[in-house]
Parts: sequence; structure tokens; C-alpha cells
Amino acid sequence: MSAKKSHKFYGHGIPRVKAEDLGGKLIVVEGADGSGRSTQIAELVNWLETNGRPTVQVGLKRSTLVSEELEKAQHGNVLSRTTLSLFYATDFADQLENIILPALKAGFIVLADRYIYTLMARDMVRGMDEKWLKNLYGIAPVPDSVFYLSVEPEELVQRNLSKNATLDYWESGMDLGLSREVFDSFLKYQTAMGEAFRQLQKTYKFDIIDANRSVNAVNKELRKKISAVLDGE
Amino acid sequence: MKSFAESNFPGRLIAVEGLDGSGKSTQIYLLKRWLEAEGIKVYFSEWNSSELVKSATSKGKKRELLTPTTFSLIHATDFADRYERHLVPLLRAGYIVLCDRYVFTAFARDVTRGCPPDWVRGNYSFACAPDLTMFFKADLEVSLNRILEGRPKLKFFEAGMDLRLSTDPYESFKIFQGRILEQYMAMSKEFNFVVMDANENVEKQQVLVRKLVSEKIDLKKFKRRSPLPLPPSLLGDRDAKEELEDKAA
Repeated sequence: MSAKKSHKFYGHGIPRVKAEDLGGKLIVVEGADGSGRSTQIAELVNWLETNGRPTVQVGLKRSTLVSEELEKAQHGNVLSRTTLSLFYATDFADQLENIILPALKAGFIVLADRYIYTLMARDMVRGMDEKWLKNLYGIAPVPDSVFYLSVEPEELVQRNLSKNATLDYWESGMDLGLSREVFDSFLKYQTAMGEAFRQLQKTYKFDIIDANRSVNAVNKELRKKISAVLDGE
Repeated sequence: MKSFAESNFPGRLIAVEGLDGSGKSTQIYLLKRWLEAEGIKVYFSEWNSSELVKSATSKGKKRELLTPTTFSLIHATDFADRYERHLVPLLRAGYIVLCDRYVFTAFARDVTRGCPPDWVRGNYSFACAPDLTMFFKADLEVSLNRILEGRPKLKFFEAGMDLRLSTDPYESFKIFQGRILEQYMAMSKEFNFVVMDANENVEKQQVLVRKLVSEKIDLKKFKRRSPLPLPPSLLGDRDAKEELEDKAA
């Protein structure tokens, strides 16, 4: 692993952590449920580790600190939007400080199964202020690459149904009251999420990957792009 | 930061701030009793009291899992829950809401812990400013003595042990409280604190509190439309109130 350390934070960062001390690589895969995120990440981990690269994985709602409570809160749908937003930010910050930052300091490749962009997009769709979110997530380091796996909502429906035979309440945005029918709500919500991601793309410049294609085709493209990032060390 | 009045809420929010041991909780409690006895729609809210986030907070505190950033965020989450689910509906319904600590507690603590001031303020910017904030300023020694007299077992974060100021919890607590006091004083102008002399005796302070509140807020607008029959406990309180007033006079 190269000694080159070149990370930055989006905003204020984390108290007493110097961005210059962060080596390694931070690679983010974003996309809706059914976009193939987890499959792609599993493939990438396999590929990287076979090539002798140490990796670490993080994702949403996996922190020691609040994941259980977050799960409970979502189950009852009892929290209002600012609260839920800050709860997710707490979950993110806990993993950031306990997993992502130490791994980067140690020169690992961190693969993030979703990152701040999903959190921001969800909140934007729910009417939260983009500037407020930007300040909040100023704690996050700027990744080395961000891939957004873009899949048409109609295709997402098919993939989710063939996998689970149901559409998830939150992934359908049922809390928003877009439609009483989960099928319609899912399509509307995913369309809105796609728009929010395109809005964020203007600021955060991530790579939009056409993930309507086969797993292999998408993985090939990801590997090629990640190789370029790693070669640039 | 606009106040609730400036944001066209029918209700009003009064906050008290100060160090532990400054006597602010006693003062706001007595204020609450007075307003209740006057037949005013009043609600009292404490810092760190929402059910849902409590379990995560206490887990984090017990296991010392919290960093300055997660400490700040989990308290912001807790505050948001209380703000959106309790305070906003009450303020929309024309209540006078009394807060024992408000966002300034977070500003002072989190900045003392090393969080950037604008980041913290930004995170809390969804909340309106109080219509009246009273800051109870006691000598640091007085506050410390009140808290430490009984040699309580200080909790890790309460004593600021995470800042590694001292290995002795009491020493750490003293330094930590001193720094928080500095932060409060630095905010005093920015947020229009009314600074109260908390070294003064309790009764005199309360007279001043009630005076400030009635000057700032047109209390008769906040009376219950059809006054609820007072329970015996409150009737008793009326006598106590009169006694208090006699004493003050």
C-alpha cells in the first residue's frame, strides 16, 4: 500500500482527526434495494482480497451504538423526520469513528454499502433542507470513488418482488403518503429518490452506473474504474 | 435564530440555563407552580428525557462508546424527538413551555468537547430560539460545592472524563464545569441571555423571575379558556404562593 495520504473532509470533519492521516481508499456503492449493491460489493471484496488488498465493509444501520434502537424506531414509525435523520447521522458517525477512520489510517480499502448520499436523498425527498444536511454530514471524508447504481423503478419492482415477494415499507416511501397502494408508492418514491440523487450528483460528482445490465457487466465496469483509482496511488 | 414569537407560534418558550448546582431547576419549578396556579396553559420539559433515544444514550454512556461527535449527535436526536413530538404541538396550541435546559446546553457542552461551534449550531438550526432565556450565573465554587457536597458518584461523561482533564473525577468535573461556564458566558450576548444572579437567595430570585416573565409575556393571553377546577394540591399552592409574595414584600 502506498504511503500517499490524500483524504479530505466535506466540512468540519471530526474533532482531533487530521484528514492528512487518512490513507487507504474509501469506495462507496450507492443505489436502491434491488440495484445489486450487495452483490457487487461481495464480488469486489472477493476480487480485492484475492489480489492481496485488505478490505473493511460498512453500511447503514450497522453501528453498535444505535442500530437496535433505530430498527425499533423504524418498526413503529414513531419518529418524526428531523429525529430520524439525526438518528441515522448518529449511526453513521459511530461507524465512521469506529470503523472507517481507523481502517483508512491503517491503509485498508473501505467499501461502503451506501453512504451519506442515500441518507441525504431520503431526507431531501422528505422535505429537509439540503444546506442543513450538508452541514450535518460535513463530518464525512470525501470518498475516492462513489458509484451510484442506477436502475429504472419498474425494473426495481421486478427485482424486489422476485427476491422477497414484497415491497419494503421504507423503500416504498410509505411514510410519505404518496399512495395508499404500496406498488404505486414504490414507483413514485423511487422516481423521487432518483431525482434527489441526480440533484446531489451536481455537488458530489459521483459516477452514475447503468445497473439495468447484468451483474457481470456492471462488475466489470466497477473493477476497471476501481483499478484506475488504485493505480493512481 | 428566530424566536417562537417571531416565527408566529401562538405559544411561548422560556428556557433556563446554567451549570449543575446553579439552582435553575428550583427556579423553573417555582415558576411552573405559579403559572399553573394562575390558570395558564403551561408545560414543563427537561433535557434528555425522551423515551426512545434514552436506551441508546445510556448504552453509549455505560460502555463509554461515545465520542464528541456521537455524543453531540445522539443528544441532538433526543432533542429533535422532544422538539417535534412535544414542544412544537404544544407551542402551536398556545402553551407556555418551560425548558430546563435548551439548545445552549448542547452548544456549551459540545464545543467544550471540541466540536466545531458552527457545526453544532447548524445541526440544531431546526429549532426556534426561546422567547426568554434566563442564565443562572453562580460562582463556580458555589455550584461545585452544591453538587460535590454529598460526594455523589459522578458519571463518566458528566464529569467530562472523556476529555482526559484529570484522572480524578472530582478534579475533572471542576475543570470541565469551568470550561462550560466560559462557553455560556461567550454565548450570552449572541443569544440574549438574561443573566440572573444565582448567588442571591432563592425567594428573591423567584420574584425577579416572575417579574421578567410577566414583562416579557402577556400572560393573560395564555389562560385556559374554561379554567379547570384546581385540585387540592394546587389550592394549597396558592397559599404557598401568597406566603412567598408576603415574604418577598
